[in-house]
Amino acid sequence: MRIPCPFCGERGVSEFSYRGDATLQRPDAGSENALAAFVDYVHLRDNPAGRHREFWQHTGGCRAWLVVVRDVRTHAIEQVSAARGLSQTVDVQMVEV
Amino acid sequence: MHYSILSILTQALRGQQGWTPAWREAEPQRHYDVVIVGGGGHGLATAHYLAKEHGITRVAVLEKGYIGSGNVGRNTTIIRSNYLLPENTPFYEWSLKLWEGLERDLNYNAMVSQRGVLNLFHSDSQRDAFARRGNTMRLAGVDAELLDRDAVRALVPRLDFDNARFPIQGGLLQRRGGTARHDAVAWGFARAADKRGVDIIQNCEVTGIRTTEGRVTGVETTRGFIGAGKVGLACAGNSSRVAAMAGLRLPIESHVLQAFVSEAVKPLVKGVVTFGAGHFYVSQSDKGGLVFGGDIDGYNSYAQRGNLPTIEDVAESAMALMPGLGRLRLLRHWGGLMDMSMDGSPIIDRTPVQGLFLNAGWCYGGFKATPASGWCFAWTIAKDEPHPLNAAFRLDRFATGHVIDEKGAGAQPNLH
Repeated sequence: MRIPCPFCGERGVSEFSYRGDATLQRPDAGSENALAAFVDYVHLRDNPAGRHREFWQHTGGCRAWLVVVRDVRTHAIEQVSAARGLSQTVDVQMVEV
Repeated sequence: MHYSILSILTQALRGQQGWTPAWREAEPQRHYDVVIVGGGGHGLATAHYLAKEHGITRVAVLEKGYIGSGNVGRNTTIIRSNYLLPENTPFYEWSLKLWEGLERDLNYNAMVSQRGVLNLFHSDSQRDAFARRGNTMRLAGVDAELLDRDAVRALVPRLDFDNARFPIQGGLLQRRGGTARHDAVAWGFARAADKRGVDIIQNCEVTGIRTTEGRVTGVETTRGFIGAGKVGLACAGNSSRVAAMAGLRLPIESHVLQAFVSEAVKPLVKGVVTFGAGHFYVSQSDKGGLVFGGDIDGYNSYAQRGNLPTIEDVAESAMALMPGLGRLRLLRHWGGLMDMSMDGSPIIDRTPVQGLFLNAGWCYGGFKATPASGWCFAWTIAKDEPHPLNAAFRLDRFATGHVIDEKGAGAQPNLH
């Protein structure tokens, strides 16, 4: 499997680190059901057999966080974009810390 | 047909013409007391123990492919009970005890071979950790021996003991661990369950789970609707997909794990040896092939095949531990779908849907657990409550905080 990094070009998967499901919405910590929402956020996954939107980090290259859309049945990559701006503000801030 | 020395001799005289199929080709009936979804090792074992231990014989096992096509035929056949956490140790020890009596129980040669499982350590801190693990095991009544370097050398001479980075200092040995013939385990459980009246229905994929007022009533399949009083899910890598049919989201990701077999050579490795400095384990099959594996590929996958970087990683570990392996050719390699849970431990429990039970989250440790998993799942289904051995394998433990994180990696399935 090769991932086309928007900054570095297409590279082998061993340059990248997998960072999991990118569809998850970080809950509002101040909301009423925050505890239950965080349990779901941390532990539960759709785990679909098909298109999967996921985070990868180009740890062996530019170190950018990427959002990759991949078919987990075939490893065919449909789309790659920089995570900055795509994910929620809270997550992006966490990345920058 | 009962298998015995007499049946072998009789068949030898009759030109091997009288053997009958090991199980019936069953047609699905309209209704069962229990339907097990998934005809892998765990599903078949569950059916066997439902019939044997609880007298529930109106049972169907539904398998979308053929018996043995899933993970029960895609593993490295290792059996052991060298676990550390109090929730795990008694469960896996019960599994090993069931393995020890399995062939007599099933009247089937599963080739259970207690040739020992040796975990190597390469540093002082690792020795301390293994000594602690060994002591924990012995306190729980499990056998464990801490070996020094010379004792390891006597047992497995052809390792790289003086590796510059990872010199072997010793190992933790469980002599009662070993290997079993994985296909025969599936076939043996299938045959034994069938003999007690369980219907094993192959090429029958479940496409929906029907519920009425929060209670399961049956499953939609590619061979029509099958009614059921209770439904047990034992679908390994496809657990999330099947559970989603009942509206459940699981604490599970599916990942692929690759395994390898080399060409056959003369006896080289006694028992199972695991490399303490990397993720690598090797044993030798009775045919002589070296069976080995390493890490999961590390990202979500439903492809029953892996990618090259992990193969390279496994090969590097192999060369670091046993440089002689580099002279062998790889005969074949394969991938299986692991239901990686969020804490690396399994789930055997009821679900929020009445009458629907879940057996999942085995990560890459499911094979050794096959008998106890089936035994405990059968108990849970029959009595509507978990047995003390699987009481900690709760589905809701992630909400209550009672996670069982043997590796301490947190909620990151690709790190377990």
